[in-house]
Amino acid sequence: MDEAAEGMTPVPLERPGRFGRFGGRYVPEALVPALEQLDEARQKAAVDPEFGDELARLHATYTGRPSIVTEVPRFAAHCGGARVVLKREDLNHTGSHKINNVLAQALITKRMGKTRIIAETGAGQHGVATATAAALMGLDCTVYMGKVDTERQALNVARMRILGAEVVAVEHGSATLKDAINEALRDWVTNVGTTHYCIGTVTGPHPFPEMVRDFHAVIGEEAREQVLELTGRLPDAVLACVGGGSNAMGIFHRFVPDEGVRLVGVEAGGEGVESGRHAARFASASPGVLHGAMSYLMQDADGQTLESHSISAGLDYPSVGPEHAHLRDSGRAEYRYATDDQVMEAFSLLCRTEGIIPALESAHALAGAMEIGRELGPDGLVLVNLSGRGDKDMHTAAAWFGLVDEGTQ
Amino acid sequence: MSAVTTTAPGLADVFARCRAEGRAALVGYLPVGFPTVEASVAAMRVLVEGGCDVVEVGIPYSDPVIDGPVNQDAMVTALAGGARVDDVFAAVRAVRDAGAVPVAMTYWNPVLRRGVERFAADLAAAGGSGLITPDLVPDEAEDWLAASARHGLDRIFLVAPSSTPDRLEVVTTASSGFVYAASTMGVTGARTSVDSQARGLVEKVRAVCDLPVGIGLGVSTREQAAEIAAYADAVIVGSALVRTLGGEGELADRLEALRSLTEQLAAGVREGRA
Ligand SMILES: Cc1ncc(COP(=O)(O)O)c(C=O)c1O
Repeated sequence: MDEAAEGMTPVPLERPGRFGRFGGRYVPEALVPALEQLDEARQKAAVDPEFGDELARLHATYTGRPSIVTEVPRFAAHCGGARVVLKREDLNHTGSHKINNVLAQALITKRMGKTRIIAETGAGQHGVATATAAALMGLDCTVYMGKVDTERQALNVARMRILGAEVVAVEHGSATLKDAINEALRDWVTNVGTTHYCIGTVTGPHPFPEMVRDFHAVIGEEAREQVLELTGRLPDAVLACVGGGSNAMGIFHRFVPDEGVRLVGVEAGGEGVESGRHAARFASASPGVLHGAMSYLMQDADGQTLESHSISAGLDYPSVGPEHAHLRDSGRAEYRYATDDQVMEAFSLLCRTEGIIPALESAHALAGAMEIGRELGPDGLVLVNLSGRGDKDMHTAAAWFGLVDEGTQ
Repeated sequence: MSAVTTTAPGLADVFARCRAEGRAALVGYLPVGFPTVEASVAAMRVLVEGGCDVVEVGIPYSDPVIDGPVNQDAMVTALAGGARVDDVFAAVRAVRDAGAVPVAMTYWNPVLRRGVERFAADLAAAGGSGLITPDLVPDEAEDWLAASARHGLDRIFLVAPSSTPDRLEVVTTASSGFVYAASTMGVTGARTSVDSQARGLVEKVRAVCDLPVGIGLGVSTREQAAEIAAYADAVIVGSALVRTLGGEGELADRLEALRSLTEQLAAGVREGRA
């Protein structure tokens, strides 16, 4: 509607928690006081130098920030010759961007006087990051994970348990990320007095989408300077995979005012959008409410959530962060998808040309870069958020490429 | 009940009658489609015959975040059996014809998907008196406030033990029919004792509005019903009914078990103020 007319300039929030018509707070009343408390705590923290200093210290001495950028010419040869620069969130402590958000939310948890932190996790990276922060800060921790995901990301289940977290395998529904979130919400509603729900992406009720974005914005702030320093100019396109959309919002946010920079989100195309087995929300979905926010949602004619599918557990979610919905409807960002086949090709290519093993989630962004690079040609410059490392995916990848020797397992 | 009036009795009539009889109202919940659409409608009739004043006709939903395992499983069964939102309106009609006041209970997305206005029109046409919305707060309910007013439907929002005075004000101002007070922090499911927070919450709600207050979450026995009836205007029972309907054995036997549980609860709501 009128959003399209607003064009390329960043749109201020009309009312708190809304990105255009998306976002909001569709939750049981029982949670509203906790959301208000959280909103107040994070707003206070945002202007409190003590909080800023503590988080910066943690990022410098624990996370390993700033993360570096790496130019990948041998990979770029397969991207139409465009220059490709990777933002290396895979090198953060615990192996993905997720730690940026978690450390900040754990600090906020303590400031709110809560002693327990819970999380959902798909790929396990957010769960591992949460278990890590809980160990570091002495918080009790429970992580909810779909049963299907505990199987395909078994390594991360072990990591969480070793870090002292309780991991609950959720068997309801599709037994993936959305069901883990349902279970985490049930826990939260029951234990909200002592417990903070550390949502792992830019979804959920206000203030989560905005807050989680802000905690990841450091990715884009660093990357913008690093690319300018390395190449003397801004990239033509910034790419990131989009599950809930936190690594993408993190790298996009600082570039939103840079009108010449294309912001490209890559969703999970799964077995192809025609197959119905995918998580390409923007290619198929319509506005609806899930887990507290209005956004694009894979749903049937009655508003029942449809199951998503992806080879990567972290992108296997039927909705998407509301700010992405708004960036897409306003035309500021564009979204495409990569199928499992394309993803595994890009995954393998980065491994073999650059010696970097990406997470399967991040490999979606790489597949997108291969397309965008070809569209841009040799003068192009592409910045890709490499959101995580692929250790957790070795089992899936080895099976895909037929590299598992049954006898040695 | 053969006297056909131009306007069917609504929630206000139920609470007026209960007040006159010196008792609390009994509100029973069942989801449509569990164990099948047909059986669920039969079960709702049993609730009415057994003494429910109000029946909450539940819309099964794929992601019921404020429901415990019993209701979750019932919803999974209902959806797997092909229950549709359309079936809800037929069930509402059946409850109305059986002589009780039907209200629908639904998570918000099925309403959004149908269109808030169309949903309200369909619910009113089926004889529904109102809608209980467990994951919609008045702050997000602009369309529903307008549509419910247009179609004469009551808006039953929830309050919880965590609700602050400000929130109680916001929620009760937007509410009509009655206020649904969650007895405890948590999800639906029968509990051995109903939290002591419940009484305090009823008092807090009464301090800010004149609406009847119903207590739900965790009620499963005649004794609990009586205990709550002593201080609340309605006793709301869900999971215990669902569990009984979903028990072992032939459907006919389970319906009988449902009938006797309902009768027990109906006795309970009449005992509390003795
Ligand atoms: C490495 C990695 N990238 C991306 C994601 C997807 O999340 P988001 O879209 O919030 O960045 C995940 C989630 O588990 C992940 O582990």
